[in-house]
Amino acid sequence: MAKKTAAIVGSGNIGTDLMFKIMRRSKNLEVKYMIGVDPASDGLARAARLGVTTSAEGVDWLLAQDELPDFVFECTSAKAHEANAPKYKAAGIHAIDLTPAAVGPYLCPVVNLDSLQDVLNVNMITCAGQATTPIVAAVSSVVPVDYAEIVASIASKSAGPGTRANVDEFTETTAQALQVVGGAKRGKAIIIINPVEPPMIMRNTIYAAIPAEAAEPGELQDKIRAAIDEAVAKIQDYVPGYSLRVEPQFDSAREDWDGNGRVGVWVQVKGAADYLPEYAGNLDIITAAATRTADLLAERMDAAVSSTPVGA
Amino acid sequence: MTPAPATDKNLSVRLTDTTLRDGSHAMSHKFTEDHVRSVVRALDDAKVEVIEVTHGDGLGGSSFNYGFSLTPELDLVRAAVDEATNAKIAVLMLPGLGTIHDLNQAHEAGARVARIATHCTEADVSIQHFQHARKLGMETVGFLMLSHRTTPENLAKQARIMADAGCQCVYVVDSAGALILDDVSDRVTALVAELGDDAQVGFHGHQNLSFGVANSVYAARAGAKQIDGTLLALGAGAGNSPTEVLAAAFERLGIHTGVDVHGVMAAAEDIVKPIITRMPIMDRASIMQGYAGVYSSFLIHAERAAERYGVPAWQILEEIGKAGYVGGQEDMIIDVAVQLASGARVA
Repeated sequence: MAKKTAAIVGSGNIGTDLMFKIMRRSKNLEVKYMIGVDPASDGLARAARLGVTTSAEGVDWLLAQDELPDFVFECTSAKAHEANAPKYKAAGIHAIDLTPAAVGPYLCPVVNLDSLQDVLNVNMITCAGQATTPIVAAVSSVVPVDYAEIVASIASKSAGPGTRANVDEFTETTAQALQVVGGAKRGKAIIIINPVEPPMIMRNTIYAAIPAEAAEPGELQDKIRAAIDEAVAKIQDYVPGYSLRVEPQFDSAREDWDGNGRVGVWVQVKGAADYLPEYAGNLDIITAAATRTADLLAERMDAAVSSTPVGA
Repeated sequence: MTPAPATDKNLSVRLTDTTLRDGSHAMSHKFTEDHVRSVVRALDDAKVEVIEVTHGDGLGGSSFNYGFSLTPELDLVRAAVDEATNAKIAVLMLPGLGTIHDLNQAHEAGARVARIATHCTEADVSIQHFQHARKLGMETVGFLMLSHRTTPENLAKQARIMADAGCQCVYVVDSAGALILDDVSDRVTALVAELGDDAQVGFHGHQNLSFGVANSVYAARAGAKQIDGTLLALGAGAGNSPTEVLAAAFERLGIHTGVDVHGVMAAAEDIVKPIITRMPIMDRASIMQGYAGVYSSFLIHAERAAERYGVPAWQILEEIGKAGYVGGQEDMIIDVAVQLASGARVA
């Protein structure tokens, strides 16, 4: 099939990493436009050198083009996406939102893409959401999870001004996604920014409350381990640097855990270093997830076209 | 260089007691409403002006990672507010863990001082919280945690970020109990020079290397106006600078605190001692925290992991220090313990 076209809106670190990711790793997409607001930005200059049509005149310029893209990747800010989303919709462009705006549903491609019907605008949660919701979903596919909690640690150098100015939005969005995408009854998210040198590779710890019997050796526990392993393998397909630091740790039920036991999962996310350094796995996993999402949606769009009778 | 003691007579500091917050670590977050009421009453009677009440890790700290609170912290804040006649009740929050929503709830519960803490080089994550706390009309304090991890000059720049966001007093926080004497005065001096009249400077000490009180004296001499302590040193690691010792030592030096020394001594002995489940001590693990520069609240979690995985707590903490983990990364303790138990190289 012909490749779908993509516009990247936002020419900062995320947008630039995403451009390289699509160019190097996407089966079904090509980057046609890169849109920024600063004519001097490094991202626009790199894009132009690689033959991408660039503009520093914002989204209105993009929407005035004769050839509109099939996909637009929003790499600006939540506020900007809230303003842009209705325009993309009116133009019939699929929006993949990498900001915390959450205009569309939270999406982790390995967890809930298949179950979403309206995918004209989807939200990529947060980096920690991409790294942790599949693990929570894996556990809750086996046993009910009353509560899930994650701790995301990222290198200071990989925490941009947007993240720093909006840590509350980051933790609240991620916690919501542990419920909506991960299937936990309650969610809590914690983010830590660590300045150690050399920079630490992104880490995520996932704790899930599980029924007492699942915390003891046996069939349920084996099923949980298998589900986690399966989730890890699926993510590794598009984030090769995603790995478990240690085997999942099971702790017996405790009274102060409301009689629940606990499974703990320690994850490291080493980035592919497409543009940003290896330690910035937090940025890598969200651009990789966005690319994978668009690739899968492109296949879905083509399948829909070929199965729809002419004139329907 | 030791500042001249002759100036002590002109000095005045405000003591903030954080038994009911930092001490919560040593109690594994199991303070009850009765505990809170009796401690607040005793501190209030002893003329302590600010009393901090929160989960040890601040608002929203009740969790798998840091330990669940026995009693919801807002119930404890409400009880403290109800009990205090003169003292203001403070709450701690760490951006990334607590949120503005938590701050609003604490304010509704009657808290009047917001103490907002970040790692010593990451002050910019607290800007929205300081702005909001000021909007609520709360007094604001900023905590630059693990202050030993950066230079006085850098620390002063971070203090400026907090002050510009609306912080009224920036603390040099020795979360690891790793600073020794001049380390403290150099940092306090740098902050005083940077902040001038824009904000006060404070100091929060730990006893891991036994310097909590001495460091507080150095801080006061270098211009700190707010000093933290806890009754009986109850707190993370080997505990905090004991409030009753600070009050006694400052009075002997002629540094004004306004606190009734007999009152805080009685509060420690008669009220806190019967409540607590473990006395903070300088043992191999907590000394290692000061020596290796490890966040004090990691102690009990390291002891638990030591028991579960059969590796010594001091060794876990030493590895944590080498890896450069910061406040809040308690989750790394299990990772390190499992790696050590399997004989793997950790860092």
